[in-house]
Amino acid sequence: MLEVRNLTARWDGFAIKDISFSVDAGDYFVLLGPSGGGKTLVLEILAGLHRRVQGTVTLDGEDITESRIQDRDLSLVYQDRALFPHLTVHKNIAYGLAAGGVPRVERLDRAARLAGQVGVAELLQRRPRTLSGGEAQRVALARALAREPKLLLLDEPLSALDIRAREKLRALLRQLHRAGNTIIHVTHDFEEAVSLASHVAIMAEGRIVQMGTRDEVFLEPRSRFVARFTGVDNFIEGEVTNAQNKTATFVAEKATFQVTNPGFSGRGYLLFRRRDLEVSTTPPTSATKNLFVGKVLDLAPTRSGLEVRLDAQGLTLVAHVSRRHVSALNLELGMNVYASLRDGMGDVIRE
Amino acid sequence: MQALKNRTAGFRWDPLQLAFAVLGGLVLLFIVAPLVGLFFFGGEPADIVTAAQNAELRASIWLTLWTSMSATALLALAAVPFAYLLARKDFWGKRMVSGLVDLPTVIPHSAAGIAVLTVIARSSPVGQAAAAVGLDFVGHPAGIMVAMSFVSIPFLINAARDGFAAVPERLEKAALTLGASPLRVFLTIAVPLAWRAILSGFVLMWARGMSEFGAVVIVAYHPMITPVLIWEWFGAYGLSHARPAAALFVLVCLVLFILLRLLARRHADA
Repeated sequence: MLEVRNLTARWDGFAIKDISFSVDAGDYFVLLGPSGGGKTLVLEILAGLHRRVQGTVTLDGEDITESRIQDRDLSLVYQDRALFPHLTVHKNIAYGLAAGGVPRVERLDRAARLAGQVGVAELLQRRPRTLSGGEAQRVALARALAREPKLLLLDEPLSALDIRAREKLRALLRQLHRAGNTIIHVTHDFEEAVSLASHVAIMAEGRIVQMGTRDEVFLEPRSRFVARFTGVDNFIEGEVTNAQNKTATFVAEKATFQVTNPGFSGRGYLLFRRRDLEVSTTPPTSATKNLFVGKVLDLAPTRSGLEVRLDAQGLTLVAHVSRRHVSALNLELGMNVYASLRDGMGDVIRE
Repeated sequence: MQALKNRTAGFRWDPLQLAFAVLGGLVLLFIVAPLVGLFFFGGEPADIVTAAQNAELRASIWLTLWTSMSATALLALAAVPFAYLLARKDFWGKRMVSGLVDLPTVIPHSAAGIAVLTVIARSSPVGQAAAAVGLDFVGHPAGIMVAMSFVSIPFLINAARDGFAAVPERLEKAALTLGASPLRVFLTIAVPLAWRAILSGFVLMWARGMSEFGAVVIVAYHPMITPVLIWEWFGAYGLSHARPAAALFVLVCLVLFILLRLLARRHADA
């Protein structure tokens, strides 16, 4: 449906280099990456806000690289919503229909129906400045959907919202996706990507560093950057040796792990989440294959407990201690502790 | 919040603020004293009522009002789009164009009148073309309108341009991504959002046109707009005659501007 080929552009201090990707009808495509990575610039180019670019953008086979903004069959929802302050919610939603020549009665009718779908039916006569962030975002979505664009472009749609509004809006976005809308969504929030995306492209410094279906990207990150960005706390480079039957040895620079046989030998990555690493102050009683002794480098409280950063003979490991165990362990900086990888945890992927 | 505001509003003035307030008071006095004099000194307030009964004066006030209003409305049709262009588009020579727009404000008004006259006089190509369709600018309301517009148009263009510049361009881009044409974006987003500034420019241009004397008196002594009439009465009959006429004209202007301001505020709040 949408084909982006070798897009290179520079605007206002942001730059993107050789970006290529494609989005099929019905995809929920998330561009994920840190701020300043050029994600929004990609979105703005798709919308036609910048037309002096190298590369091509085609939508349903038609080259739209140079098309004017108003001639592209896609709608952009800005991060700050950009609702028209002088129009009511009702007229904001109907705006694109008026531009499309839909008769007045019909467009107000359709706008009211859309407002119902996104949950702002009771706000139709309000002005944008009286809306909460979540309400404004819903109105902006309805406004963008009104003229039934082929593609919906969302720029950080949830980032300015509180947690509750964010969860509700995520549900709405999932619902819109299920209803058949094709969506490109730009965000720096990994959880947002996990919960919404069918496909993900990770962007950093103006380039796509990894791209694929959600599971491909999140289960098999190809670099430390992607791993860190996708919530994998421990990403270790090394080599698989001794692969026989069910087990194999993973030899990293600073340590050796016993792992489940990944089905190959040679260079690869071992990755596991911080919850897979158990921390104790006394040696574990049960036999464990991967046990390390390390010094506590940092302790950071999280919503569900404590994040513990360890130095195990030069190897930095990140573990998680649940709230229940925090007081029992009584961890302090510089303390020596045991860390064991729960059996069966940890994935090895080929380089 | 309101309580906090009230408390800080009642806070003690520091000496510097007091000194500045005294200076401000002097400036206000400077503005208000002549106006007070106009209404209350040098004659009876009842003179103003008598003046209002003078048909010549009433006709001239009416002429001044409608010529300046029509001139503003006509020029606005071109000036407002032009102001939008100046606010939105960067082009080669833009600074020079902006300078040209401001030029009428720095030209002495009698000189402006002479300049306008050279273009619209009967002997000029424009004057001859107008004569071909039966219009003579000199001594005609059309000439008055041209003279008024020449000196007052910068006020409308500048106010509207600032108003358009204050409209976030993002909103216009958003409207474009919703499929609106640039003309529709201009009419439904830019103009409504800059409306207050445009209206304020409109009022400024109108007021400036109404108060013009120098340029108009050269282009069209007759029919007489009120500033010219006041000048003539002053020369022919002296202060006692000119004062009530001036007071009445000021009164009419004040009432109109206050009404317009109120209207503009209601529009902005709606």
